[in-house]
Amino acid sequence: MQIGLTHYLSVAAILFTLGVLGIILNRKNIIIILMSVEMILLSVNINLVTFSTFLGDLTGQVFSLFILTVAAAEAAIGLAILVTYYRNRGSIAVEDINMMKG
Amino acid sequence: MTPISFALAHSLPEVVLAVGALALLMLGVFRARDGRDWIISECAIAVLGLAFLLLFVGAGPKVVVFDGAFIDDAYGRYMKGLALIGSIVTLLLSLDYMRREKIDLFEFPVLVILATLGMLMLISAQTLISLYLGLELMSLALYVIAAFHRDNVRASEAGLKYFALGALSSGMLLYGASLLYGFAGTVSLQGIAAAINGKANIGVIFGLVFMLAGLSFKMSVVPFHMWTPDVYEGAPTPVTAFFASAAKMAAVAITMRLVVTAFPGVTDQWRQILIFVSILSMALGAFAAIGQTNIKRLMAYSSIGHMGFALVGLAAGTEQGVQGVLVYLSIYLTMTLGTFAAILSMRVGDVYVEKISDLAGLSRTNGTMALFLSAMMLSLAGIPPLAGFFAKWYVFNAAIQAHLYPLAVIGVLMSVVACFYYLRIVKVIYFDEPAPGFERASPAVTAVLIVASLLVVFFSFWPGPLDVAAAAAAKSLF
Repeated sequence: MQIGLTHYLSVAAILFTLGVLGIILNRKNIIIILMSVEMILLSVNINLVTFSTFLGDLTGQVFSLFILTVAAAEAAIGLAILVTYYRNRGSIAVEDINMMKG
Repeated sequence: MTPISFALAHSLPEVVLAVGALALLMLGVFRARDGRDWIISECAIAVLGLAFLLLFVGAGPKVVVFDGAFIDDAYGRYMKGLALIGSIVTLLLSLDYMRREKIDLFEFPVLVILATLGMLMLISAQTLISLYLGLELMSLALYVIAAFHRDNVRASEAGLKYFALGALSSGMLLYGASLLYGFAGTVSLQGIAAAINGKANIGVIFGLVFMLAGLSFKMSVVPFHMWTPDVYEGAPTPVTAFFASAAKMAAVAITMRLVVTAFPGVTDQWRQILIFVSILSMALGAFAAIGQTNIKRLMAYSSIGHMGFALVGLAAGTEQGVQGVLVYLSIYLTMTLGTFAAILSMRVGDVYVEKISDLAGLSRTNGTMALFLSAMMLSLAGIPPLAGFFAKWYVFNAAIQAHLYPLAVIGVLMSVVACFYYLRIVKVIYFDEPAPGFERASPAVTAVLIVASLLVVFFSFWPGPLDVAAAAAAKSLF
């Protein structure tokens, strides 16, 4: 069987869906949200690299390098905010993020 | 290939902000004692002011530089002007607040400059890559300043919520961008328009929907508004003012640029989406704000509603509609900054209060502030002689010209519902038993409140310059 564009795009779509579900359905821990965010970004990278190969155009790979760089910065900032939150609240459970509602 | 000096000459405000942010960071690290603000905020205001002045230098026909990644046109300059006004006023409002809350660290103005730089890049983005980089530069700085009060549990919770949902929205935007790249074969907005050529296939439509979903998060319109009330309530008040003013300007600006530049032939596809989110936002903004007791939370719902009204103009999809949105955003910016100046004047003793009931009987304890705040509220509600009425008139007029009658009718009905909670605040100010009076606000905060009120009250006597500038800006987008 030939592995074609559709297969790559399906993998990316499944990873993306899992990542979004991980953020929305997750009831346990904020670290899982960070992992889900990374998964979404990586699924986008699969998409871009696949398209780049099939189009014979390098732009997609340049784009995915930018995404990798920004994802690193994003994870660093996310963890930093998580640390300040933990210091104040003493917990990183998702169900404890409930100071404000309404 | 254009020479680099030509490219830099057309991105002078961005260059000034980038160099200024780095210089001030160095200054802060080496000179500021124990991380305190020292004079960094004042310098940052000067840097942002310089960038604002540079917007008037070398304006001309549209120029695309940096290999098609960056566009310099009248539309971009107009929106950059609004974003810079938002940042400058935010810093003016923050001076006194940060000092009293003991979070006057020099990183804050530097982060505000970096966020503003991101907004400017975003407004001028002409490819999907520069769009994403501008958006992330803005968002990453905003995540940090949302949690800037790091010893305060509500502020760090606000930062955490904003980060988690913001990262999700960036992911959705990127997924859309990757689909657009794949199905159009290019990342350039104009290239996408050429590739689509009036007939969108399913991949392009998916890409468009995901990109609009990601941008809706940043504009905080329904159904991607969940973070707004919590973040607005928890973040330090000047930061909330920044979110409600400058950040929204950039998000709406790039949404308009994206749909108009990249999807001109498929108006029907994105018009449906915009009508949908616009109606939902106006409705939620009108009904959910009714039960609020915290004024920052009320402003969050109010801003969701106002974004819905602004999108009415964009849904029209015409030059007149874009002009309406530009006028709407300018007036909304003035009203929001003025209202937040009033909120920052609400200080009893050493504590900043933010309950609506704290405003009770303000007319008897501080008649001037009561008058100015009431003017803001009536203008936000859209009562005729004030500026807010003309803002709504522009966008509804554009919608009617584009034959979107149901949208315009629903918009007017929702603005009537929204009147209720604005008028309730006026009622609390004038007719309730007085609560403890407020301390004297700092001169900068008072000045912002007075200037914004005067602009809002006297706009109707001199609307010409804004109208002309917005018309020229809208023309350059098409």
